Amino acid sequence: MMPDMKVKLCGIELNNPIIAASGTFGFGREFSELYPLSSLGGISCKGITLAERDGNPTPRIAETESGILNAVGLQNPGVDHFIKYDLPWLREQNTAIIANIAGNTVEDYCTMAEKLSDSDVDIIELNISCPNVKSGGVQFGTSCESVGNITREVRKHCSKPLMVKLSPNVTDIAEIARAAEAEGADALSLINTLTGMRIDINSARPIIRNNTGGLSGPAVFPVAVRMVWQVSNAVSIPIVGMGGISKWQDAVEMMIAGATALQVGTALFNDPYAPIKINEGIEKFLSEKNISSVTELTGTIKPW
Amino acid sequence: MSYDSQIFKLTENKEIAKGIFDWTVKNDELPARAKCGQFVNIKVPGRVLRRPISICDATDTTLRLVFQVKGEGTKVMSQMKPGEDVEILAPLGTGFDIKPGKRYCFVGGGIGVPPLLFSAKQTDNPMVIMGFRNKDLVILKDDFKAAGAELYTATDDGSFGIHGFVTDVLSEHMGEFDEVCACGPVPMLKAVAEVCRGKVRCQVSLEERMGCGIGACLVCSCKTKIDGEEHMTQVCRRGPVYDAGEVFYDA
Ligand SMILES: Cc1cc2nc3c(=O)[nH]c(=O)nc-3n(C[C@H](O)[C@H](O)[C@H](O)COP(=O)(O)OP(=O)(O)OC[C@H]3O[C@@H](n4cnc5c(N)ncnc54)[C@H](O)[C@@H]3O)c2cc1C
Ligand SMILES: Cc1cc2nc3c(=O)[nH]c(=O)nc-3n(C[C@H](O)[C@H](O)[C@H](O)COP(=O)(O)O)c2cc1C
Ligand code: FES
Repeated sequence: MMPDMKVKLCGIELNNPIIAASGTFGFGREFSELYPLSSLGGISCKGITLAERDGNPTPRIAETESGILNAVGLQNPGVDHFIKYDLPWLREQNTAIIANIAGNTVEDYCTMAEKLSDSDVDIIELNISCPNVKSGGVQFGTSCESVGNITREVRKHCSKPLMVKLSPNVTDIAEIARAAEAEGADALSLINTLTGMRIDINSARPIIRNNTGGLSGPAVFPVAVRMVWQVSNAVSIPIVGMGGISKWQDAVEMMIAGATALQVGTALFNDPYAPIKINEGIEKFLSEKNISSVTELTGTIKPW
Repeated sequence: MSYDSQIFKLTENKEIAKGIFDWTVKNDELPARAKCGQFVNIKVPGRVLRRPISICDATDTTLRLVFQVKGEGTKVMSQMKPGEDVEILAPLGTGFDIKPGKRYCFVGGGIGVPPLLFSAKQTDNPMVIMGFRNKDLVILKDDFKAAGAELYTATDDGSFGIHGFVTDVLSEHMGEFDEVCACGPVPMLKAVAEVCRGKVRCQVSLEERMGCGIGACLVCSCKTKIDGEEHMTQVCRRGPVYDAGEVFYDA
């Protein structure tokens, strides 16, 4: 019998647990030339802001051992453009649509949540963890007080399921997770990137024009697994796990740690077909283990 | 479907100049879709990011890729053996806009020369001006001759061909062609664009560090002015080739 790959996230049924991670998949069009987007559980769209943004100067990316640094700086066409030009097409792709939003002020977030609540998106992902913009982003995501505050305010303007995306650049992620849950988050996603830096030894110049960037890819995977586990012990809302997932074994491991669904980002740059291969691998693993549904993996960790 | 990531078979890998390698890779489907000035993104064992390399030449079933060893990834590539499989995402980007009935001058600097070969082959009676630092780095001379090009080779130190810069040669021959296509380091591209300004159309091929290679991740953005409007565009998709005025407008 084929195992059931469907999972439920905030009442939304996903085709499978693999969601394309925000910022690595655009609004899906480019990857749809490779495979139907219905082969994904969902798409977390590129982070959008109230007004169009050009982002940071280039270079915006650097390679590290087993990872990458990026500092795109939220280049995006703005929320209205997204709703008008990207969303209608996305909606036809038979996959869940997650809008990832970032703002300079709490009001920005609330205005966007309001606009998106009137739109066709399935879930709103509150990005309070972007390390690459001067104002906004991660400044809202590093203390319990500010996370609680922004979650509470956005909640008032948001009639869609609200998922709060957490930063790993904090002392105690479990505490932050509890603050978001207490103020009405329906789900949590983690981790965003870890702030990092690379320097060219010949020029003594940072490789990334923004000097620092966000680390992602296999290098961060163990950190992400640890944080998903800690957060799953701290809250009872579902967790979307991400950070360095590049093969099906990683996906299974992250679900065992406590994730209900997953996002895959950097792995797409190494292999654009990574999400497809990961789903195939999970399915085979479940068959071999006689597990009938992928949902049975979530939180099955037996800690010492 | 325009591009895809598929397995290619490496059939040849030879060092054609110091640190410069010449690959031939085979695949039954993707090479036939290649247009001049496009590039590919190569998965390198042990590296997270793929490496973007221009299409130097193409047949219906093969691509020729010429690259210089710079860092870790290209070093691994230089050591790969014929018979090995390589995963390649291809063909990518928007190449040179070649119009029938015009005479083209192709201007290349250093490792920017390779994509001009496939391009020159698409035109009648092309002029090719290529510049290198010194004689040890001169590549593809015989290939351009075989393609019937009127060829000028310059070196910065005069150790081979003309002693001087490609722009000197270009200025000298102004009037003998209708359009210019250039690939090489940005200072060279800007100088070529300056020589062409107000005289002939000039297309330039840019480089930028890349992630996805297909236009989704926005790491390769470039400030451009297209039809009078300023926009960020992706070098991997709208580029790598632009009209010089689209990218060098505020220089
Ligand atoms: C559209 C395009 C076409 C190109 N065509 C050719 C070609 O035909 N022949 C050739 O020799 N080189 C070409 N390059 C440059 C080539 O991509 C880099 O030299 C190569 O990626 C360096 O990799 P590395 O592993 O040796 O260096 P590393 O320093 O180890 O690379 C680290 C990271 O930086 C990136 N990077 C470093 N330098 C560059 C660069 N100049 N441009 C883009 N990314 C870079 C790498 O891709 C990698 O992700 C092209 C670049 C682009 C964007
Ligand atoms: C190029 C790039 C752009 C990103 N842009 C965003 C973004 O706009 N919003 C966001 O919440 N996260 C963004 N991220 C973070 C990813 O969504 C993800 O949290 C992180 O990369 C870890 O997962 P990974 O290792 O699978 O890539 C970006 C990551 C990368 C590599
Ligand atoms: S490399 Fe991803 S958009 Fe160009």
